Amino acid sequence: MQKKCRKVAVFACSGIGKSLGTVAREIGYELTERVRPHDTLLTCLALLVINDPETQKLITENPVIVIDGCSLDCARKSLEANGAPLVKAYQSIDFFKKHKDLKPEGVAELNDAGKKLAALAADELAGVVDELLRGGDDGQANESRNHILQR
Amino acid sequence: MTDKPMKVGIISCSGEAIPGGTIARVACRKVLDDLRPTQCVTICLPLFIAGGEEERMFANTYPTITVDGCEKRCAALGTEKLSARPAGTLIVAEILRKRGLCPITKLRGLGAEEKDAAQAVAEEIAAAIDEILGAE
Repeated sequence: MQKKCRKVAVFACSGIGKSLGTVAREIGYELTERVRPHDTLLTCLALLVINDPETQKLITENPVIVIDGCSLDCARKSLEANGAPLVKAYQSIDFFKKHKDLKPEGVAELNDAGKKLAALAADELAGVVDELLRGGDDGQANESRNHILQR
Repeated sequence: MTDKPMKVGIISCSGEAIPGGTIARVACRKVLDDLRPTQCVTICLPLFIAGGEEERMFANTYPTITVDGCEKRCAALGTEKLSARPAGTLIVAEILRKRGLCPITKLRGLGAEEKDAAQAVAEEIAAAIDEILGAE
């Protein structure tokens, strides 16, 4: 019998050097505040570096969605290094490739196109949250980064 | 003769789940973009903790200032653990208290109050940079 999960933990890279890092952060907010506020929990990525016990428990007992800004995949690597067993990983650049008319600009403050891109990405991730909460993933989530993008 | 450092690395916690993380992040960008563009670089904490060799090397060689959004001090502790002890450590809440500013509650969509807070934190970071670069 599959265990019923209560929340999907959401992490974003928040890279400070690129707009796409800000987009990743904004996707996290859109997903956890607007799209699936009751089913998700946004958590600080930096807590992983201090081995915060609550965060460790969260990522080992719940499915995780991680959104990176670029192909370096820093957030995903950190989650995996900390033993998160079920991580669905995405990159904000992939969402931009799907919506090339929405070019994100700005790091401290994202432009309107970047905000719209983040909202669209979060809408697309809603289905992933639902699937994870239904227990519909077999634990091989890391293979599925392009799951949404190829649909 | 002691060589003075030419650049300071700024490392923001960027905490996504806390308003202080947003202020830390915005303040660091403000320092890089406006206040001290030639005297500092920002170091991406996610890259740093994921094993970015260049970032860790920089933080080992050059002085760093960490800017944390809460008392857990992830950026400061992480920098010390993965590289070297920061030359300066700042915490957003302490700066706001010191300046008589209200605690921030918004994570995004910053208004005038949050922008004032970010400006105050940015000024403190800039002052810390000046102190480090001016030190013998």
